[in-house]
Amino acid sequence: MKNLPMPTGKDIRHALLTGLWFMFLTFPLLVIKVDPAEQSVTWRWANLVWVGGVSAAVALACRLLAAYRAARVERLRRLPDQTAPQPKLPLLFRPERLLPLGTLAMLFFLAFPLVFSTYQVNIMTTALMYVILGLGLNIVVGFAGLLDLGYVAFYAVGAYTYGLLHLHFNLGFWIALPIGGLLGALFGILLGFPVLRLRGDYLAIVTLGFGEIIRLVLENWGAFSQGPSGIADIPRPGLFGLDMTLDQSLVYQYYLTVAMALATVFVVNRLRHSRIGRAWFALREDEIACQAMGIDKTAIKLTAFALGAAWAGMAGVLFAAKTTFINPASFTFLESAIILCIVVLGGMGSIAGVVLAALILMLLPEYLRALAEYRMLVFGAVLVVMMIVRPRGLMSPPRQTYSPSR
Amino acid sequence: MHPLLIVSGLTMDFGGIRALDRMDLRILPGEIVALIGPNGAGKTTLFNCLTGMYRPTGGQVLLNPPGRPQRRLHGLSPHRITAAGLARTFQNIRLFPNMTVLENVMVGRHCRTTAKLFGAIFRPSATVREERETVGMCLALLDRIGLIDQADELARNLPYGAQRRLEIARALATGPQLLLLDEPAAGMNPQETAELEALIASIRGDGLSILLIEHDMKLVMRLSDHIFAMDFGCLIAEGTPDEVRRHPAVIRAYLGEETTDA
Repeated sequence: MKNLPMPTGKDIRHALLTGLWFMFLTFPLLVIKVDPAEQSVTWRWANLVWVGGVSAAVALACRLLAAYRAARVERLRRLPDQTAPQPKLPLLFRPERLLPLGTLAMLFFLAFPLVFSTYQVNIMTTALMYVILGLGLNIVVGFAGLLDLGYVAFYAVGAYTYGLLHLHFNLGFWIALPIGGLLGALFGILLGFPVLRLRGDYLAIVTLGFGEIIRLVLENWGAFSQGPSGIADIPRPGLFGLDMTLDQSLVYQYYLTVAMALATVFVVNRLRHSRIGRAWFALREDEIACQAMGIDKTAIKLTAFALGAAWAGMAGVLFAAKTTFINPASFTFLESAIILCIVVLGGMGSIAGVVLAALILMLLPEYLRALAEYRMLVFGAVLVVMMIVRPRGLMSPPRQTYSPSR
Repeated sequence: MHPLLIVSGLTMDFGGIRALDRMDLRILPGEIVALIGPNGAGKTTLFNCLTGMYRPTGGQVLLNPPGRPQRRLHGLSPHRITAAGLARTFQNIRLFPNMTVLENVMVGRHCRTTAKLFGAIFRPSATVREERETVGMCLALLDRIGLIDQADELARNLPYGAQRRLEIARALATGPQLLLLDEPAAGMNPQETAELEALIASIRGDGLSILLIEHDMKLVMRLSDHIFAMDFGCLIAEGTPDEVRRHPAVIRAYLGEETTDA
């Protein structure tokens, strides 16, 4: 960090204003403390000073960093060499590090249950389920550019597929898994048809409505779904009818989820580098040019919706099996928003980014428990800072190259 | 010779406004045909009707691909028309900006390739072969338009003239019989225009027909075999470049009518 720019008066003024603004915003929460039992009001002025000081310092640092970056970009542009400098990847993400890093990650995930407690394994299983969900939504949002705010509906379809198939027909996890995926895809197509002509904000609103419809149906159609009381006693996944203790079963489920997540990464990666993947990208980039290039817009949109929803359906079956109890409260809009967060934070279209973001977003709140009531505050702050510092997400998708000899 | 494309009585209404009025057009195989006319004459509307972006209100568009039966194009959706053999570029460049130059061209091969979901996921040898052929063919196209060195560059980073050429390469990748170019030389400097002219001439050498909208009259007169002139949605003149240049209706459309009460 040589030649870091010196703060100008403008920077300092901006930082002070930011500090003041944060002091104002947090004043009611962090300064005034009303104790109804003692009928007293405490003024915690120290907190005010802390908030102001820290936020001003952070704001100043952000501005300086931005200025430093701008200066660097300008320097690069002035280089005599006219070829655009390839953006340098951070050390960890360079292609030659992929194999050792991947092996390391594999070993970590395989050894995880041997090292950590069942509680940790459980958390990791949940995080991996969000990896699957994030990658599924990444097909729709990141690849095909269709903003879907009702993704959780397909998750619910999957979960209820298993729940209801077990309830009525006593079917097991392994039969429900593909059916959940298929039904998810079917519902994806059902949603896809009416929204074929919509894009952007309009599409977002309709998908949002779709998500709510599914949840409301599950909540209110008691005869079908048992309403808000949900479905209980859903069996965990079995392994050739072996009897497992709870701990064993959780670990087994963990490995199952790892395998599913790996399969998802594999399939989504293959799709990305295929004729279909290119058609999705083209659709995202320019719908009209995409049609003019001979791509059937209808078919390619429905494929994206169906495939994205299929993963959500399978993740739903996994979820039902993991929690053994499902009710509509698990499938609120907040879930959709979190999954979308994962995709946006990871970097739309980037597989590695989405995986990383899912793990961070799911694990961070758990490990922030030490911060007690400030947990979600810090979590929110991390999100905001991330979006300011890296608006394109943790990782941008790698530029695809093709060698002619291959 | 049998015409490749026959347009007869093509009409397009937008509400009460008639943007195209019974247009008739014939394009022979291997011919460069230009479509000229003042701004707002309906040239781009005609392109949009031919390529299925708009559904024409009336009239017929028929394609006679050599050695294959005649095809009706009006009323088909854009991707089917592209598959039938019409490919276009756009007046305002419409590349896929965040895809690489090579990928842009590869998208053009979509309608000539067949890999489905199964092929994408399991990559059987047929898909691998198809993919390899696609890459090879697209690299050859890039070589032809002089962008082979920028194959892995993002399309949005290309200079303007190169983006125009890339759009043509992308259209060529769809394997068309007829190439529709909407103002390919717009905004180009003389050097770029000369390169473009050479490119268009070489495309004609491959036996493709080209329908060209262009305002650069020198380019039009040099390249075209046949010119159609439009104004207010109607055909006002057609013929060889010399005939059209001297046609009174064309002169009137471009320069305005002489007033007699002066």
